[in-house]
Amino acid sequence: MKLLNCPMNGLRPLGEFVFGGEHREMPDVATCTDQEWAAYVHYRDNAPGIKKEWWYHSPSGTWFIAERNTMTDEVLNTYLFGKGPKSDAQEPAL
Amino acid sequence: MAYQLLKFALRREYKEPRFFRDCQTPKKSYDAIIIGGGGHGLAAAYYLAKDHGITNVAVLERGYIGGGNTGRNTTIVRSNYLTPDGVNFYDASVKLFEGLSTELDINLFYSNRGHFTLAHSESAMRTMRWRAEVNKHVGVKSAVVGTDEIAKACPQLDLSCSGKAPIQGALFHEPGSIARHDAVAWGYARGADSMGVEIFQNTEVQSIDVRDGKVHGVQTNRGYIATGKVLSAVAGFTPRICKMVDLKTPIVIHPLQACVSEPMKPWLDTILVSGSLHVYVSQSSRGELVMGASLDPYEVHSTRSTFDFVEGLTSHIVDMFPFLSNVKIVRQWAGMADMTPDFAPIMGKTPIKGFYLDAGWGTWGFKATPVSGKTMAATMANDKAHELIHSFRLSRFEEYELTGEKGAASVGH
Repeated sequence: MKLLNCPMNGLRPLGEFVFGGEHREMPDVATCTDQEWAAYVHYRDNAPGIKKEWWYHSPSGTWFIAERNTMTDEVLNTYLFGKGPKSDAQEPAL
Repeated sequence: MAYQLLKFALRREYKEPRFFRDCQTPKKSYDAIIIGGGGHGLAAAYYLAKDHGITNVAVLERGYIGGGNTGRNTTIVRSNYLTPDGVNFYDASVKLFEGLSTELDINLFYSNRGHFTLAHSESAMRTMRWRAEVNKHVGVKSAVVGTDEIAKACPQLDLSCSGKAPIQGALFHEPGSIARHDAVAWGYARGADSMGVEIFQNTEVQSIDVRDGKVHGVQTNRGYIATGKVLSAVAGFTPRICKMVDLKTPIVIHPLQACVSEPMKPWLDTILVSGSLHVYVSQSSRGELVMGASLDPYEVHSTRSTFDFVEGLTSHIVDMFPFLSNVKIVRQWAGMADMTPDFAPIMGKTPIKGFYLDAGWGTWGFKATPVSGKTMAATMANDKAHELIHSFRLSRFEEYELTGEKGAASVGH
């Protein structure tokens, strides 16, 4: 059975988790153009590689970030949003 | 006849007949290059040559022809979709399929079975009625049927699904068929080759030469090839090709798995699909049950298989057919499905001049093989989107004009 590390609950079976798609920066709703908004809503950085993704631990209701290689399906790191390592430091707290 | 047989017997060598030439060295330039030697790419090459007289064409395939999603689907052909655009498009494909064995002079084992989409709830029945009315409106044979007709067509089916999801009715689609999928690729390859198209296997595109917003050529492991027109027909590899030309798409790659049981005597005449149980099943001409389920739940760019899939699928199959509990699964595999947000393909021109896209085929690509080839060939030859694919254009996302196709396989309603 595949396991995923929930930052709040530790290693849990993958079946308890829901994939939330890649993490994307939302443009400013007030100032962005229709095209920028459409690109945010629809377009994805969809080539394989190491991605920052949203995952949800369903039993505990925890949303968190996983860094995962979408080619090999290896999870490199999981952490709560805004509490990740260096690259994540600038993220605004929710 | 006897003389020919004698001559054949006295021959020293028995060479295997080739379906297409073994091309190794590409020319310096072609009128058009097709990336991807699956059904779609080979069909596009065939119709470019046949309908438009464009024969100076190369098909570049990274592996071997028909080895991608063409050889990994569950071979179902149908047109009972939900949107009029979808129904018209897939109906054109079914009509092409019906005459394809003759046209390509190859036995596709095209077998008309009838196709039941089972409804287990009142809301599913409502969707079936909706689909039936849209289908009838555009002249496609679909009808809502009751449990008595389902039982008549498939007496082995447990109508209560082991008490878990009692069947209330179904959408019956008479033209629903299955075909030998790899033969479709081989037939188109032979047809295209005989008209002069060159097919290169083990030929990987490494980069695409785009200057001033226009395609000039492609770099491959067999060298640089100049061309003004490139078609990408690579399904699960679409994001990698689009990255080469810096084109954004809404595609997300999910593995889609399937499996077959050990062979049995023929007992299942029809094709059965259940959206609620996430199952589709038919019996192949070899007697195996060909079974598929829904997409894997998250993005992965590989064709690995999982035990979760077989476990989930077989539990639902046994709910439908309790007597299959002792039957063994003999093979399972996966393909990379290029999913779009509105369950419709992305076809036609792109902002890059000379770069055409035939993508977003998710779980619905095989049945569209002939019509996608025909319409993409017309689009490339005229540099103008064929009318059947207008609503599948890439720009629909920026224009907020999604198609809302919910008749696709393994999509819950």
